[in-house]
Amino acid sequence: MKDFPRIRQMGGRSILIEFEPAINENLLEKLLALKKIIQNYLLKEKVEVINAYNSLLINYSAVIEDVYGEVSRLKNLINEANIQNKIERSLYHIPVCYDDKFGLDMNFLSAEKDLSKTEIIDLHSEPIYTVYFIGFLPGFLYLGGLNKKLHCSRKYQPRLSVEKGAVGIGEKQTGIYPKNSPGGWQIIGNSPVALFDKNSIPPCEISAGDKIKFYSIGLKEHQQISEEVQNGTFQFKAERYDG
Amino acid sequence: MMAEMEVLHPGLFSSIQDLGRFGFMEYGVPVSGAMDSNAFRVANLLLKNPKDAAVLEITQMGPRLSFSEETQIAVTGAHLSPAINGQPIENNKAYTIFKDQILSFRKRIYGCRSYLAVKGGFRSEKVLNSRSWYDGLTGYLKIEKGMKIPYESGGDSFPDNYSGIKTPDYINSKIVEAFQGPEFENLSEAQRRRLFNDEFSLDQNNNRMGIQFGELLENSLEPILTGPVLPGTVQLTPSGKLIALMRDGQTTGGYPRILQLSENGLNTLAQKVTGEKIRFDLL
Repeated sequence: MKDFPRIRQMGGRSILIEFEPAINENLLEKLLALKKIIQNYLLKEKVEVINAYNSLLINYSAVIEDVYGEVSRLKNLINEANIQNKIERSLYHIPVCYDDKFGLDMNFLSAEKDLSKTEIIDLHSEPIYTVYFIGFLPGFLYLGGLNKKLHCSRKYQPRLSVEKGAVGIGEKQTGIYPKNSPGGWQIIGNSPVALFDKNSIPPCEISAGDKIKFYSIGLKEHQQISEEVQNGTFQFKAERYDG
Repeated sequence: MMAEMEVLHPGLFSSIQDLGRFGFMEYGVPVSGAMDSNAFRVANLLLKNPKDAAVLEITQMGPRLSFSEETQIAVTGAHLSPAINGQPIENNKAYTIFKDQILSFRKRIYGCRSYLAVKGGFRSEKVLNSRSWYDGLTGYLKIEKGMKIPYESGGDSFPDNYSGIKTPDYINSKIVEAFQGPEFENLSEAQRRRLFNDEFSLDQNNNRMGIQFGELLENSLEPILTGPVLPGTVQLTPSGKLIALMRDGQTTGGYPRILQLSENGLNTLAQKVTGEKIRFDLL
């Protein structure tokens, strides 16, 4: 049996901390709390700490001289960590236009799942999704919370280009393509908002641990918001989230 | 005074690179930066540049470039037969290039990626604290004909006989150094033997994002829950293909991570072309 958490070096400049493989919000809360503790602890050493579902990766800005010493220090830090305070979260409302113009696979999904388009839209925009982490492409949110009724296989033949903002479903996940890219998810709509802004630091307003909820908009509103995004006047509808 | 390097002919694939972006992986932003960090470092060292000064990374077939004002240059890494106005110059040595002179590259002698530094570094746009070109972040992905890249001309110059640095062996080495990756221990004895005894050759899918190998390693490992990956992470796909993620690689992945290349291993691999063979060596 493996003992968790496992703390090991990953190459010369990184240390990987892994917990039992699982996708759940308690583990996410724990990872994000530990991330803060580690960042504070290693403040002087200028590290970056990133999380995925069940792991934290610490990237050091230089080669780690004493790996064993560093691993044992981190072990102690994690064992003694007192994780109680829930971290403050935001809930972001994200507009999605589910119109046929964007929902390229809506008909397929409707037939496949025996659901009307309205039912699909309701099922997709009802849950509060959790942002587990950002990865794959700049600004791509890994979201948890998709209704089981909408789980579906990827496209047999991936599209060579999926439009920026496309909202799709693949297996148990839903997400928004942050830029034009090849993709195999079933596309059901498009969001006009920009999830990634290369000209601001940090480039994403939304981060791991935050919540999002989709709301349905028409073509006209999609156009309007697109223009606001272009002019830089768009602001997310967001509120504090206390679970 | 601001000067410009003009692209007369783009060659195969050249891009501006520096040390890359540190601190943005949590937003899904790849690290980027020079594929061969050693040749990058030497290029700036030769010109007494700041260590993060931006250089031009040149792949296999070099460009033709003209310089609007006098400056110093140095070429390191792969040997792509550089010449100023047709006169061959050496790698790993600083030269003065005069106004309107032309730097060109010809036959590839060894290596895959060459680095061209100018005194003070190129001054192209900075996005998220780095000038490294990456699709979707910077305005360009590679140099194109007619493009003009700014640099600062003037400052102190020094004689051309500045002592050269010997070409390090890592460029022509077959050995790619690696640490164990997080899922290494899931490999069977037989798989480990093959991984370190066999040679692997680069297939045509090799670029700044990743390098794939032609030979397959029979694979029975389960996929993992999507986790962090880094430049130098070697993934094993369900079909048995090995993929080494390079500097522009994605930030998370779901294939077992069997090796993690050392910086030196990454640099050696960055200097290999399609068809060349390497052997992994466990540190």
